[in-house]
Amino acid sequence: MMKGKEPLFQTAKRESIEPWKAWMIRLIAVFLSLVVCSGIIIALTGLNPIEVYKGIIEGAVGTKRRVWMTIRDTLVLLCIAVGITPAFKMRFWNIGAEGQILIGGVTSAAMMIYFGNTLPPLILFPLMLLGSAIAAMIWACIPAFFKAYWDTNETLFTLMMNYVAMQVITFCIIFWENPKGSNSVGTINSATKGGWLPKLFGLEYGWNLVIVLGLTIAMYFYLKHSKQGYEISVVGESGNTARYAGINVKKVIMRTVALSGALCGIAGFIIVSGASHTISTSTAGGRGFTAIIVSWLSKFNTFAMILVSFFLVFMQKGAGQIASQFNLNENASDVITGIILFFILGCEFFIDYEVRFRGGKRSSAE
Amino acid sequence: MGLLVIFIQKVIGQGIGILYGALGEILTEKSGNLNLGIPGMMYMGGIAGLIGAFLYENSASAPNGLVGMLISFLCAFLCAAFGGLIYSILTITLKANQNVTGLALTTFGVGFGNFFGGSLSKLAGGVGQISVAVTGQAFKTPIPGLSKLGLLGQALFSYGFMTYLGIALAIALALFLNKTRKGLNLRAVGESPATADAAGIHVTAYKYLATCIGGGLSGLGGLYFVMEYSGGTWTNNGFGDRGWLAIALVIFALWKPVGAIWGSLLFGGLYILYLYIPGLSRGSQEIFKALPYVVTIIVLIISSLRKKREHQPPESLGQAYFREER
Repeated sequence: MMKGKEPLFQTAKRESIEPWKAWMIRLIAVFLSLVVCSGIIIALTGLNPIEVYKGIIEGAVGTKRRVWMTIRDTLVLLCIAVGITPAFKMRFWNIGAEGQILIGGVTSAAMMIYFGNTLPPLILFPLMLLGSAIAAMIWACIPAFFKAYWDTNETLFTLMMNYVAMQVITFCIIFWENPKGSNSVGTINSATKGGWLPKLFGLEYGWNLVIVLGLTIAMYFYLKHSKQGYEISVVGESGNTARYAGINVKKVIMRTVALSGALCGIAGFIIVSGASHTISTSTAGGRGFTAIIVSWLSKFNTFAMILVSFFLVFMQKGAGQIASQFNLNENASDVITGIILFFILGCEFFIDYEVRFRGGKRSSAE
Repeated sequence: MGLLVIFIQKVIGQGIGILYGALGEILTEKSGNLNLGIPGMMYMGGIAGLIGAFLYENSASAPNGLVGMLISFLCAFLCAAFGGLIYSILTITLKANQNVTGLALTTFGVGFGNFFGGSLSKLAGGVGQISVAVTGQAFKTPIPGLSKLGLLGQALFSYGFMTYLGIALAIALALFLNKTRKGLNLRAVGESPATADAAGIHVTAYKYLATCIGGGLSGLGGLYFVMEYSGGTWTNNGFGDRGWLAIALVIFALWKPVGAIWGSLLFGGLYILYLYIPGLSRGSQEIFKALPYVVTIIVLIISSLRKKREHQPPESLGQAYFREER
């Protein structure tokens, strides 16, 4: 080949990569993103970025209470990420988690309002959990049905369902308004704590921990070691292959999305009964979208999701702290999270592909 | 009649911002990129336009509305196009997943808008509420003469230039896509990048340009909202979920720019319909606000049932293109 014609660099798909190398690339990406964020922080505010990062750590895990808040929010994010994963593995782009969480949450809230002070806890909590799961499952099955039978675009369908859910919630909030005219439900049963998940082993968020970690482990084995989990990955690889192998694709789609929706509903139950004790349009708070990123970055490995969701919540909590500490706006956390996500998303390329520079020896642009 | 005129004015006020977002997304999607970052880029465009105008009005002794308008227009377009560039680098060059990248861009963009919107006054030295009255006024100035033509004038000609520009852009985009060689190439890239590549079309360049310019266009939707709809002020999250409505409009219009004009009017109408239906309680008003989304879902279902070829999304929508994988 003529020297001048050779491109500056070539890319080729890697056959495989050692795990430590992949993690090195990710670490470098996170480091670079923090450098970029520092640059932006200095340019905007003139603050010392080291102080700012110290503030982030302080804000996320600085006190015992903050540690628990970080854990609480990590669990919620983790639960949603675990929930949407089976659908994703099947290449069903469920970006409707936001709406499914809201529908699950509003079902829990309804039960807290109507039965919270009358039913015994032994019946109430399983009822709330099941009710939320079933309501969200039905909500998720609407787009799944059309996907399975008519191949209706699920990305856009589930996205639209979020906003329909949002309006349904707003309707319910006005219906239950307390006090009247406040446009909010307020804390439900604040006096009696009816329908509030109780402490477990003396831990305030003990139940959240048990439920979410239980689901995380169960989902790992479901996807890796069950027949249904295998069917999901075959359908995800290629619908035609699955059909040829005798898998009922329609049934697998419906079943998987139903499962996915049910778990998002449980996340809604955990938020309402186990954390916020109220319902509002920000109950899901964009976490249905963040969870997609968590699931994707973890390559559908539920244990990796624990790490990724912890990291993202850590950054958000930390950014919230520096916002108040340095008198910035709390939305700084979204900007920082966004920049970090860009870098992590971009670095996956260097894990999947090898980059060779012209003339030089083989190197993977790390 | 007067009531009808006010209704039409409100419908157009709601619709035009969404129209810009949808036009940007149509251009982007025609190249095969499903950019869910539209809401983020609209925020970026809106705040950048506001900052540009604000800095100009604060530095000039006697700010000129026309200059402020040009500056804010340019800032909005460039900043939102920058959002499109981030998306392009990640999804086209680095082959990241489009949905995930788009959602990350929305997180970033909405945060970007609210962060600067909320702290602008502080960064500028505590001047209180940010307001760019002169520039805002320039954006709102209607066509002289025509707007005085009685009720018809009020209903059709009482808007700032961005309303007409949006409609003109939609028509221009339709002509570009359907009547020019470059438009044909772009559609080929979106339908089948491998075929386009084999035909000698520079796939990467088309994808980059379409996504960046599309991003810039959608940013103008944010600018419209900030300048004409809100008269040059910023409210955090004031833009609401209109960005998602823009994406819904693309589906509703079946990826046709001219269809997006009618669609934006319909969406604008559905968005405020609850104000005009008598006897609605506050609660049932909220149910009515879900109408644009429900209508979009119905269109989505119907178009998938009918399977007409010209009503489908671009074939390669959402997929990264890697030459070696053909």
